[in-house]
Amino acid sequence: MSKVKLIQGNVACALGALAAGADFYAGYPITPSTEIAEFMASRLPKIGGHFIQMEDEIASMGAIIGASAVGHKAFTATSGPGFSLMQELLGYAVITELPLVVVDVMRAGPSTGLPTLPSQSDVQQARWGTHGDHAIIAISPASVTETYFETIRAFNLAEKYRTPVVLLIDEKIGHLRERFDVPDDFVPKIINRKTVVDKKAQYVPYENTADLVPPFVPLGQGVHWHITGLTHDEKGFYSSNPQVVDKSIRRLSAKIEDNKKDICKLETVFTEDADILLVAYGSVSRTAQEALNQLRAEGIKVGLVRLITLWPFADEEIAKLLAGKKAVMVPEMNLGQIFKEVDRVARGVKVFAQSRVDGDLITPAEIVAKVKEVL
Amino acid sequence: MTAYKWQVRMSGTGGQGIISGAIMLAQAALNDGFNAVQSQVYGPESRGGSTKSEIIIDDEDIFYLKVVCPNVVLLMSPEAYKKYGQDVLPGGMVLLDSSIAKEALPADALIYALPMIEAARTQVGNELVANTLALGALIALSDMISIKSMEEAITERFAAKPKVLDVNLRAFRLGVEMGMAAK
Repeated sequence: MSKVKLIQGNVACALGALAAGADFYAGYPITPSTEIAEFMASRLPKIGGHFIQMEDEIASMGAIIGASAVGHKAFTATSGPGFSLMQELLGYAVITELPLVVVDVMRAGPSTGLPTLPSQSDVQQARWGTHGDHAIIAISPASVTETYFETIRAFNLAEKYRTPVVLLIDEKIGHLRERFDVPDDFVPKIINRKTVVDKKAQYVPYENTADLVPPFVPLGQGVHWHITGLTHDEKGFYSSNPQVVDKSIRRLSAKIEDNKKDICKLETVFTEDADILLVAYGSVSRTAQEALNQLRAEGIKVGLVRLITLWPFADEEIAKLLAGKKAVMVPEMNLGQIFKEVDRVARGVKVFAQSRVDGDLITPAEIVAKVKEVL
Repeated sequence: MTAYKWQVRMSGTGGQGIISGAIMLAQAALNDGFNAVQSQVYGPESRGGSTKSEIIIDDEDIFYLKVVCPNVVLLMSPEAYKKYGQDVLPGGMVLLDSSIAKEALPADALIYALPMIEAARTQVGNELVANTLALGALIALSDMISIKSMEEAITERFAAKPKVLDVNLRAFRLGVEMGMAAK
């Protein structure tokens, strides 16, 4: 039997990235994400990969975008202030359709805020931080082991949909050490970006394929193609033709929004017979589970919807789970960033926010008290 | 009320190896077949200031990640004593370095004051291993986990540095003796 390992969330993220095939990291260290950079710096050179400490987070995004364009599986890790700097180039990766992963280990903001304390206040920044109509994939794990598996899934989704994926880890999970439940001989399923079937045919980098995801040929491997942040036609050149622009912008969103069944992931605990539902994610979902256990022991019928994928938001699935409930509560370490989404899809069911923004965790006792107050 | 078996809070000054000790304790708990979570609170400064690490140990899954009220507390500095020594559960255990005054601790807790920092300095020859010495005393006094698993965790952590390992194991064993004697 292999020894039971105690591993930190940030290290599990780095291990997941390596398992997913990441071979390029560029970043600028920032609390509470730095352990990811440290781990990649020690490992990547040994396996023929590349680690670059950049001058800032803007350059970090530029570097991983370039690495992705030549075919690497590239990622960076940061926290709120750095994530803010990355936003413009995140949009560049969206419109140029270059797969990459941005890990944001969330601390409290705005600005430098509370560097060492947990928060979930970058959830809407992940969704709308970069300008322009677009869709994004964002995932928020709740344990060390889940951080490992969800990091692998983040890379796979980035490759499958040719898009940036944001991994939102809250500080509590990033710095948590607990049992790492991954067998030593575990081999993950890896998805690589789809390439062209007919290598002799002329390559159309932004082809409107039926599955909405154009095939990819790395730059520097014999095929020349044009990459621009300007709105472009199927060949990758600037276009302001209304029909071309409309089709392109709608496809960018549709390739993600139309595939929610594949991308969205949530778990439910005792939702069927529940009178009141908790909707939570990240470390707060564990607090919610603890509160649920205490309330159920008292005979109060509470259920939990634990969101793992935050974006795209699983509107229909969540609406179905909420239907007919007496009330819904959304505890989170921000001023209601997911509460507003839940409220939007609740169709008449009363939804309550439970916010905490003082750098400390919401306690089980607080959730228990609020549930009793609401019922 | 959260009722995890062991809710341990270890605290002291940055640089005393509090977090390192907490990681070894959590690993030892896993070695013994328990579940364990370890987390810490620290400020933006890199040295000095007070450090707190929490370890929860239980047979079952552990959901909430913070200690609600500790039943085992280690205090290694006067500042930690002021900030983290007050909310121990009735009947819980407080182990503090005897360089710290103990008048203000809760009367319904089991309080042990041992000269851990001094013993590390004079008997092991290195004040920096007061953290592993304290682990020895904590385990001897509480029977939280086995001495064997704790020694394995220490050995694993310092596997690459035989001299550091040796001094840490000596400190740990001395801590166990001191704990046994005080029990």
